[in-house]
Amino acid sequence: MTLVDIERRPEIARVSETDRAKLKTIWETRPGLAGFLSSVDHKDVGIRYIVTAFVFLILGGVEALIMRVQLAKPEQSLLTPEQYNQLFSMHGMTMIFLYALPVLSGFSNYLWPLLLGARDMAFPRLNAFSYWIYVFAGIFMYAGFAIGAGPNDGWFNYVPYASRQYNPGMNMDFYALGMIFLGISTSVGAANFIVTLVRTRAPGMSLNRLPILIWGTLTASAANILVVPAVSLAFFLLWMDRQFGTHFFDVSQGGQPLLWQHLFWIFGHPWVYAVVLPAMGMVSDGLPAFCRRPLVGYTPVALSTVATMVLGFGVWVHHMFATGMPNLALSFFSGASIVIAVPSAVAVFAWLATIWNGRPVITTAFLFFASMIALFVIGGVSGFMTGSLPVDWQLTDTYFVVAHLHYVLIGINVFPVVGALYFWFPKFTGRMLDERLGRWNFWTMFLGFNIGFLPMHLTGLWGMPRRVYTYPEGMGWDWLNMISSVGSFLFAFGVLLLLINLAVSLRRGKVAGPNPWDAPTLEWAVPSPPPPYNFDVIPHVASRHPLWEDRLQESEARTSLTEGYLLDHGRETIGTTPLDGDIDLILKMPEDSYAPFMLSVAISAFFLALLLHWWWLAAAAGVATIGAIAIWLWPEHDLGQTADAGHD
Amino acid sequence: MRRTERLFGKNCPAVLAILWGVTQSHYVLADLPASYLHGNGSKAYPVVSLTWGLLAISIAVTVIVCALLVLGIVARRARTDEIASTPVGRSGGGMPWLVWGTGISTVALFGSLVWTVAVLADINGPPSKPTVTIEVTGQQWWWKARYLSDDASRTITTANEIHIPVGQPIRIKLIGADVIHSFWVPALTGKTDTIPGQTNTMWLEADKPGIYRGPCTEYCGAQHAHMTAFVVADPPDAFKNWWDAQITSASAPTSDDGMRGQGAFVFHCGACHTVRGTEAGGTTGPELTHLMTRQTIAAGTLDNTPSNLAGWISNPQALKPGTTMPAPGLSGREVTDITAYLETLR
Repeated sequence: MTLVDIERRPEIARVSETDRAKLKTIWETRPGLAGFLSSVDHKDVGIRYIVTAFVFLILGGVEALIMRVQLAKPEQSLLTPEQYNQLFSMHGMTMIFLYALPVLSGFSNYLWPLLLGARDMAFPRLNAFSYWIYVFAGIFMYAGFAIGAGPNDGWFNYVPYASRQYNPGMNMDFYALGMIFLGISTSVGAANFIVTLVRTRAPGMSLNRLPILIWGTLTASAANILVVPAVSLAFFLLWMDRQFGTHFFDVSQGGQPLLWQHLFWIFGHPWVYAVVLPAMGMVSDGLPAFCRRPLVGYTPVALSTVATMVLGFGVWVHHMFATGMPNLALSFFSGASIVIAVPSAVAVFAWLATIWNGRPVITTAFLFFASMIALFVIGGVSGFMTGSLPVDWQLTDTYFVVAHLHYVLIGINVFPVVGALYFWFPKFTGRMLDERLGRWNFWTMFLGFNIGFLPMHLTGLWGMPRRVYTYPEGMGWDWLNMISSVGSFLFAFGVLLLLINLAVSLRRGKVAGPNPWDAPTLEWAVPSPPPPYNFDVIPHVASRHPLWEDRLQESEARTSLTEGYLLDHGRETIGTTPLDGDIDLILKMPEDSYAPFMLSVAISAFFLALLLHWWWLAAAAGVATIGAIAIWLWPEHDLGQTADAGHD
Repeated sequence: MRRTERLFGKNCPAVLAILWGVTQSHYVLADLPASYLHGNGSKAYPVVSLTWGLLAISIAVTVIVCALLVLGIVARRARTDEIASTPVGRSGGGMPWLVWGTGISTVALFGSLVWTVAVLADINGPPSKPTVTIEVTGQQWWWKARYLSDDASRTITTANEIHIPVGQPIRIKLIGADVIHSFWVPALTGKTDTIPGQTNTMWLEADKPGIYRGPCTEYCGAQHAHMTAFVVADPPDAFKNWWDAQITSASAPTSDDGMRGQGAFVFHCGACHTVRGTEAGGTTGPELTHLMTRQTIAAGTLDNTPSNLAGWISNPQALKPGTTMPAPGLSGREVTDITAYLETLR
């Protein structure tokens, strides 16, 4: 994105077929490998994010199933302790870092410009770069696992067990460097969302008209910008300790194990909210379409999204209740952890009110969204219990917490995401997912999940610790674990049905048309799938529900979708003011470019070199990185970055 | 009703199942060694009440919201599956839902918070001065317990089985030897971590004699699953007798194989294990002077029987893969002799 203070007045037009053809030529990505490696189209990037995240979801799921076989009965020896420990660490890392946030980034990447009325994200090349780094970092971390050196200290990676003395293999080096690597992707992606929101909304898209999904991703992005540095720093310090003998966490030299926990959880807890708030936004935007009425309490829900995140910064110590910190300090965090349920209650009752005051039409997407409310509440109340300090001293590190976190991550992330697939797949592909298979998909996932994870609360209350590769007989845990294992396989079968539905419907699904759900927001105003330029003309937005204005009759004003800024002098979108969304200037957008891919390859080589201590390769990769950045930033005439671009 | 069943009929059994499970737990609790839905001591009781209280609130909230959700869908469901033919409108206000729902939730949350703080104040310190202080060290993958006493001759060290007197508060000092572990006795007290570089202090009390299980609950590596401490609550007299007996050194074996075994033990095992009264004085592994008074070996991995002992010393890695105890490479004869010797350590 380049800001151009134009003298040119963008023409307002009703679009013709000729204009469409011209826009298509301007915005279309080349076919074949060249296009694949150079595309900066937010829709391509979004789909790639989603597909890649689902690949990791399946990998993490298979890891979970292997563990559930091991745990189905007491004293089994399918896995060695080391294998089990790598599996549970990989499972956590995969689901939390390589699935949960990236899948939401995928939806947001695809949907944001369409929801906001823009032609792309603010920084299209940065967007592509963010994806490439994500996929390379994921491969990097899995490479360790593939050679038998996956992380084996959990996703939380506590020291001193992660230090070289107790963990001499390369396991932790893969994980530490991989996390720093992945942090680049998260940070630039978050920055891109924030700038996109601030600058590229269509005229009239004021803050109080933003879909809740936008609020969710925006809030999550702001949080990530603030907290990712903490975890990157933590992993960097750990890597320094391991490779160069620094003493940040080395007790014998005055280092502090709890420093790790603070740095990790001040990142880790906000991250949990970052992987649920956008998904809650999907439900807040999806339910109204099926309930045939606007969301009840838009403003409180938007504010509660932000409030959750703000409070979310003050609860990290509830992961550290057993560390022997003074009770007075702990009680503050206990209080914050209980109070944070208040904004969640706002969302829950807003959804319930929307159903009770609407006329819900039952579809598979609706079932996934609606069931999320129940799962959210179960995950919420178990979280409230763990927030209570004396109770948490019992609950923590038992299967109760395993149940809790899966209700949060599957209930509030996976269920909305699958609902979102049913909801937006028609937009992505132009075809509907099959509803009959969809019902089977929903009920197997819903039943499988609850059969698998509801009993785990009891397993935990009966004292089964987490992260054990086996357990003795006679503890009361046997049958509960067997039920959990059976349920988890049923759940996995449900996911398989989803994949089948996706594969079949992609080719044979009913043709969707632009707005199969008769939904109110801007993405449904464009064809399915959308053309490369998204909108024929930049829309002028007049309300929160542009496509329902005639029926809601809330004001005289009408959103203009057919007449607006054409912007066909190369890739362009409109820049608006941050609060009100008034037109400000024309933004010149970059062409497709190999620079993001090349930069990502160079950075990958750099991290590989650090891992292997190949300093000559590190130097070469450093030079390549600078070169790729230079190519990327080289002033371009088309972007108005050279002196003669203006009006002299 | 048919519509209810079609939509969410399968949801209700799930909710009922947990309710059933929780109610049933009352009846079988006594048999479950690690459950914390019941407790045995002045530190445990207020926490158990709070746990049940919050659990009841949680289940009530879940049931109410699920009922409202299902009822709402059933009652308000559109007559058609054709979405485009269902009219759109801003019917009803809906805001009272937010006001009442959030209001009631907030009251419940703040009530719980007050209860939480009250319980916290209640268990913050022991009701009277602790009678015994035990220094418990967590290490990969067993627990060392050192009984402190002003009288140096009464200071003893033992492993994995921690005897305490019934009805008296005990102070536990927690030391981290290598990585982080967490000391937990579900029936008596919540968790406190053992962290290298800092000493955490906690207290506990048992009001009934018994053996209380305490699995390690901070992930600590390969054998985190096999790192169980047992708190043995004895009547005060029995406790005193136990302590008195622990002070004594091991008596010399009398049988031939026992004597041979002692020699082999000192040679093969003495670098890591201590048996007071012999030349075996290592401190890396558990102290074994009164090994046969313990119920289990290898931190709860195996029952303490002669055949398990023999199996353990022949090949510990097979029984507890990754354990820090190396395979000592004993001959069959040495295994028999050492086992015979260990059996004399009463």
